Amino acid sequence: MKKLILALAISTTLSAQPALAADHDVGPVLRHYAGLVYANYVDAVSGARGLQRAIDAFLAHPSAETQEAARKAWRVAREFYGQTEAFRFYGGPIDGEQGPEPRINAWPMDESYVDGVQGRPEAGLINDPRFVINRDNVIAQNERGGEENIASGWHAIEFLLWGQDLNADGAGARPYTDFTTAPHADRRRQYLKVITDLLVDDLTQVAKEWKPGRPFNYRARFEKGGLESLRQVFVGLGSLSRGELAGERMEVALASQDQEDEHSCFSDNTHRDVVNNALGIENVWLGRYRRADGSLLQGPSLKDLVATRDAALADQTSRRIAQSVANAHAIQAPFDREVVGGKDAPGRGRVQATIDSLVLQSKDLVAAANAVGVSKLTLVQP
Amino acid sequence: MQAHKPLALALLLSAAGLSAAPIDDPEGEKSGGEATVFATGRNAFSFPAANLTDAERTRFVIGNSFFKRNWVEAPSSTTARDGLGPHFIARSCGGCHVSDGRGEPPKPGDQPVSLLLRLSVPGVGAHGGVVPEPTYGDQFDNFAVQKVKPEGRVVITHVEVKGRFADGTPYTLKQPRYAFADLGYGPMARDVLVSPRVAPQIIGVGLLEAIAETDILANAREQAVAGGPVRGVPNRVWDAPSGRMMLGRFGWKANVATIAHQTAGAFNGDIGITSGVFPDEACTAAQRDCLAAPSGDQRQGAPGREPEIDARTLGDVVFYQATLAPPARRNVDDPRVRQGRQLFAQAQCATCHRPDYVTTAGPNPRFSSPALNGQRIHPYTDLLLHDMGEGLADGRPDGQANGRQWKTPPLWGVGLIKDVNGHTRLLHDGRANGVLEAILWHGGEAEASRDRVLKMDKAQRAALVKFVESL
Repeated sequence: MKKLILALAISTTLSAQPALAADHDVGPVLRHYAGLVYANYVDAVSGARGLQRAIDAFLAHPSAETQEAARKAWRVAREFYGQTEAFRFYGGPIDGEQGPEPRINAWPMDESYVDGVQGRPEAGLINDPRFVINRDNVIAQNERGGEENIASGWHAIEFLLWGQDLNADGAGARPYTDFTTAPHADRRRQYLKVITDLLVDDLTQVAKEWKPGRPFNYRARFEKGGLESLRQVFVGLGSLSRGELAGERMEVALASQDQEDEHSCFSDNTHRDVVNNALGIENVWLGRYRRADGSLLQGPSLKDLVATRDAALADQTSRRIAQSVANAHAIQAPFDREVVGGKDAPGRGRVQATIDSLVLQSKDLVAAANAVGVSKLTLVQP
Repeated sequence: MQAHKPLALALLLSAAGLSAAPIDDPEGEKSGGEATVFATGRNAFSFPAANLTDAERTRFVIGNSFFKRNWVEAPSSTTARDGLGPHFIARSCGGCHVSDGRGEPPKPGDQPVSLLLRLSVPGVGAHGGVVPEPTYGDQFDNFAVQKVKPEGRVVITHVEVKGRFADGTPYTLKQPRYAFADLGYGPMARDVLVSPRVAPQIIGVGLLEAIAETDILANAREQAVAGGPVRGVPNRVWDAPSGRMMLGRFGWKANVATIAHQTAGAFNGDIGITSGVFPDEACTAAQRDCLAAPSGDQRQGAPGREPEIDARTLGDVVFYQATLAPPARRNVDDPRVRQGRQLFAQAQCATCHRPDYVTTAGPNPRFSSPALNGQRIHPYTDLLLHDMGEGLADGRPDGQANGRQWKTPPLWGVGLIKDVNGHTRLLHDGRANGVLEAILWHGGEAEASRDRVLKMDKAQRAALVKFVESL
């Protein structure tokens, strides 16, 4: 009888799924993750508010100087928003059923949907006086009739601040007079104001869902979600690593060598987008975030959790993620020149190296998730 | 000896053809087998099959970029993507299949984008297909490039259809009526036949293409043998890329056999992009401005000789769609979902909305992935045509489908349309608002099943809907 029991016990152990991470391990990681998400969104909101102030000043007194200040504010704000993209792809507050992501950061953008372009100065909602410019109408037009018909968000603002990027070496060079004497300058001012305010409000709403101490917001549910919440964290990191950042944001541009396929094509800020996405992933993995005020947030991390099951895997994942961040830093601006050239073009090599390390890290992340009992992902271990 | 009994029983069950659920996934949570992604939210329909190789993932994102990017009017500096129109409905694939999801009827006063109206006149055309309406062709395009007339406007009105559940609860359905206004090229033929078709979610189409034809024909045989009202029949249609007649699987009347044909056809008819498969713009002889419009020919100055989309790019767009993953089911252990699953079976819904298949190699390996082969999938369709009654009938034959028949649409992903597209419009023209309305529209061969649902009480109806929304 004893032998039988022993045999049963052994077979149960052998056939069991990978050990599930225990709740007392997962809870602190989830709570710290939520705090990190909130801190990052708070910085994204304050960046967007800074942009709003700069754009208000520009619209009040349009000049080359106030325009340049607004552009600078846009770049600063993007630093923090870019890192928050590690919190996408699992249907959270940013891109769940009601999530505002499509009107915050949708791209690529058919800029002629919003304003005139070379050869078609009369194009776009701004130049169509029948279109009444207000928040509801802009929201209704966003992605209407096509995923490139982007009416709002970072890239619509970017287009209005910089204009089309028509020269190889620099960013777009929209004259500030587009907001003073050009046809429909009044409508252009009004449009920029509406979409800037919308961006601030949308980001503020997302941040609220992650605010601590609220009994009914997303964070409250998330922190109690156990392994399911942990699964979401991994889905976000893996999806951004492979499909979005390596795939849509780099492989497509590498294949087409087309400026239209770079993420921030008007401002030539794509190299920073890549860095900030890669950094956002590392933040979550290490449970570490450098706030806008310079202070460091640090706490129980995915890495710590994975290390309790497989220390070597945790270290390897950390190295690969760090390598991706380093490779992203090595990409030179402007990105649209970096992707152009033949087989041995050094810029293409730098972009490809970043893609390659992101692909490797996505596999590590799958393995890491599996190690802590999470298998329901958007990737399977090959 | 005792211990062998369950094994023997299991063998018996599988020998009898009863679908014995695999032990590791008894609820069919992995809708697309190993290709399944566990995804919800706005991006739920946009992930590649979970088991693709790295090289395939790269091809997927490149195909995706051409799927969602707008085509522009020729001539243009964006030569890789010029050639829009002359007539068109949308500027991109994603214009109708928003986020790879489902289209919806237009808001009152707006023109449709993701709802297409097919046109024909009575008779049998080439390869057993339709005879296009002589002036407007086989579909109505309500947009056009500069200097070309749009074909006109679509006017949609509604008639209310009222009914009651057995428990006395009343319901009201809205039956759409379609008409045209401001016709650009004069009146249509008096005997024109019109069929509205909404853009479906694209997830899992590569897996549907990989269902063995013998499995689909077996569905028809089994339904015929059963002797009940349900008698699904296959459509057989012309597949232009391969130049042969094939079993129809796609489109609301199974009027298209392959993703390759569907994609080349939609590029041509919906966006106005020519390809090696359909090298001519969809202008009729009566549409002189359409015929005279500039082409997005890649060799400028030799109109009509080079297609506007090259074969490689077209192949990448086909591959992209073929490898879009079905998301996993949600809430499979919820008691109400389990109850709904039983009710679904009891009401004989699963006769046509067949849950399970094991896929084989599809017909177009160049535009698909070996990862889709041999997967146990749960699409909930028999891919057959059924008489769905007068209420749903469009009166427009399409191949071997008559004017009352529609193909059983797959149900996977239905519960995520709300996440992805922010609406719950179902059926071929999006007339149903939600799962229950869609069921209530079922007539003809599905009348008995609908009547069973009418007899359910409120809690049972809710459970049934909850099950379908878990798919």
